[in-house]
This record gives sequence, C-alpha cells and structure tokens, in this order.
Amino acid sequence: MVIYGVLLLSLCYFAGLFVGEAMGRLVGLNANVGGVGFAMLFLLLLCSYSETVKKSIRNERFSDGLRFWQNMYIPVVIAMSASQDVVKAVRSGWLAILCGITLTVLSLCLIPFVSRISSSKNKAEEGGRD
Amino acid sequence: MELTDILEKLLIKNSLVTAFAVVGIVTFASYSLSKYLTKGRLNGSSIAILFGLLMAYVGGRLTGGSKGVSDIPVFAGIGLLGGSMMRDFTIVATAFGADFNELRRSGLAGFVSLVLGVLFSFTIGAIFARFGGYTSAEDITTIGAGAVTFVVGPITGAALGVDSSVIALSIGIGVVKSIAVMVITPLVSKVIRIDTPREAIIFGGLLGTTSGTSAAMAAIDPALVPYAAMTSTFYTGLGCLVCPSVLYFAVAAIV
Repeated sequence: MVIYGVLLLSLCYFAGLFVGEAMGRLVGLNANVGGVGFAMLFLLLLCSYSETVKKSIRNERFSDGLRFWQNMYIPVVIAMSASQDVVKAVRSGWLAILCGITLTVLSLCLIPFVSRISSSKNKAEEGGRD
Repeated sequence: MELTDILEKLLIKNSLVTAFAVVGIVTFASYSLSKYLTKGRLNGSSIAILFGLLMAYVGGRLTGGSKGVSDIPVFAGIGLLGGSMMRDFTIVATAFGADFNELRRSGLAGFVSLVLGVLFSFTIGAIFARFGGYTSAEDITTIGAGAVTFVVGPITGAALGVDSSVIALSIGIGVVKSIAVMVITPLVSKVIRIDTPREAIIFGGLLGTTSGTSAAMAAIDPALVPYAAMTSTFYTGLGCLVCPSVLYFAVAAIV
C-alpha cells in the first residue's frame, strides 16, 4: 500500500519538525532548529534499526510510498527554482551580487581542506581511505 | 477566444496538476537538450534548474511579485509544488536508503563544517558590509547574517532593530548566494570533488542555504542528496542561534 510508506514519512516529518520547533523555543527563538534534519534522522534510524519497519520494507509495504516522494525530489527542486525571487537577486546591487558569488566560490574552495582535516583525524578508524 | 478562456480556467482551477505538467515538460525538454545538444556534458537537472530560474526571472518581471513564475495565476501551483512544505517533505524522503554508518563516520566532519560554514559566511558578509560603507554593529551583523542564509538575515535584523533597507540588502545577499550555489556548484563539482557522502556532508555544512544546496546536489548526484541535506538543514537553525547573539557581540566588540 502506497499510503503506508507516505504515512511513515509524514509521521517522521512531524516528529522531526516538532523536535526542531521545541528546540527553537528552548533557546528562545521563534524558528525551527534543524527540524528537517531530525526528521531525516528518525526515518534513517527506523529504516536501519526497527525490525518492524525493516520487515515491512522487505515486504514492499513501505517502499512504494517512500520511493515515490524520493523520486519527486528533483521535480520539486525544479519547481522551487522557478519560484525564487530572481529579479530581486539581479536587482539587489553590486554589493549583494559580488558578496554572494565571492562567498559561494570561497566556501566551495574550503571543501577539500575540511575534508582533509577531518579525514586525517578519523584515519585510524576508517583504515585510511583515500 | 472561448477556447483559451476554458483552458485558462482549467489550469488555474487545477493548479497543482498544472504544476506537475509544467515541471514534467521542462524536465523532458531539459533532458533532451542535455542529451542531444551538450551530449550529456551538462546534466539534465542543471539545465532544468537554470530553466526554472529563467522562468522565475520572467515571472518576476511580468508580475513584480517575489515568488517567481508562481505569481502568474496560471502557474500558481508551481509555488505550492516548489514551496518549503514539499521541499522539506521530499528531502526527508531522500533519507530512505541512505547509509546511517556513513553519516556516523562523518559526524565530526559535518559538525566542523557546519560551525566553520556559518562563521565563514558571516565574516565574508561582514567584510563586504564594511566595504559597502556600513559602520554600525547592528547593520554589519544583519548583512553578515544575510550571507549565512536569506532566512537568518531578516530574523537577525528584526532582533537588532535595523532599518528595512539593510534587511532588504541582507535578503538580497542570501538570495544571490542561494542561486550562485545552484549554478556554480555543478560546474565545479568535478574540480573540487563532491563525489562521496563525506564531501556531500561537508558541502551541506559549509554552504548551508537549503534551496541552493538541495538544487546543486540534485544536479550533481541524487544519491548524495540526503548527506548534504542532513547538515544544511541544521545550518539555518545554527545561524539564527548565533548571529543575533554571540556574533553580534563579537562584531560590537570589534567595531
């Protein structure tokens, strides 16, 4: 049943957002602190450790609904890009455009460094990947 | 005339189905272009996202609204399909099939990149603010926060009570960053190598902006989406936490 997978997904979604919202309140913010991340973590943990969920996935009771929304990710992202405020980005002046682009390029350049630093720390554990 | 009226009425009335059809057509056209025109060198999803941004620009120019093409009544459903609800729901779904051990192994890298990412973006934004002629700690902090993401900017600005023009600039920087991440990352992903879960986790933590990173990962490798999303979804929360507090005090101490 497609709906069972969707149900599992929506339960994880709400559980995660609830935790995120509660965390936000706890630190005095009217914002959701990592709710989607928690939701992903819940789904991941359920799929890796819960015997009931694992069995249902093997029996294809959950996978159809989950896989459908997983595959809808790229179409949703395309729709998202079509509803961005591109006009504002173009019009926000040289300071914003220069800052945004410089920032992106520099941050991307940091990726290999962070990867190297953190992998040398974990090397013993990982058996020296690379 | 009658026929177009009927069609318009149907498209508006069934906005979400219209969105499915439009996105489907855009996807088909983009993948065909990718295959025949660029021989697969430029990924189909990248073209589709660029096409989406172009549609957003045209929509924004035509209507003067802030939600891109979805401000045109016929395309209103695209705003729903591409809104934060569906975005977050599908992002959570990508966790299905991800490897929990991979995540645990890269937990430290994720944490480091998250903290470094927020600090780095904020600092660059603050430096640009200073060069742009802003001198008060509140203004500089707000613009730095906008460089974190376009959500953190206005939240910080509201907390510090700055002028709305500064908040507008901070949102502008955040939006430019988000779009720059969508466009630039797939172009350079081969050079800086984002091809393992660990690098995706670090990418999500360093760049943060959820719409930007989610679009970029979709174009690079859909299998790596959950890893990048895992850190990037904590980024805005962390930014909202430290920008109006610790980082504001730091800026006030320096200025």
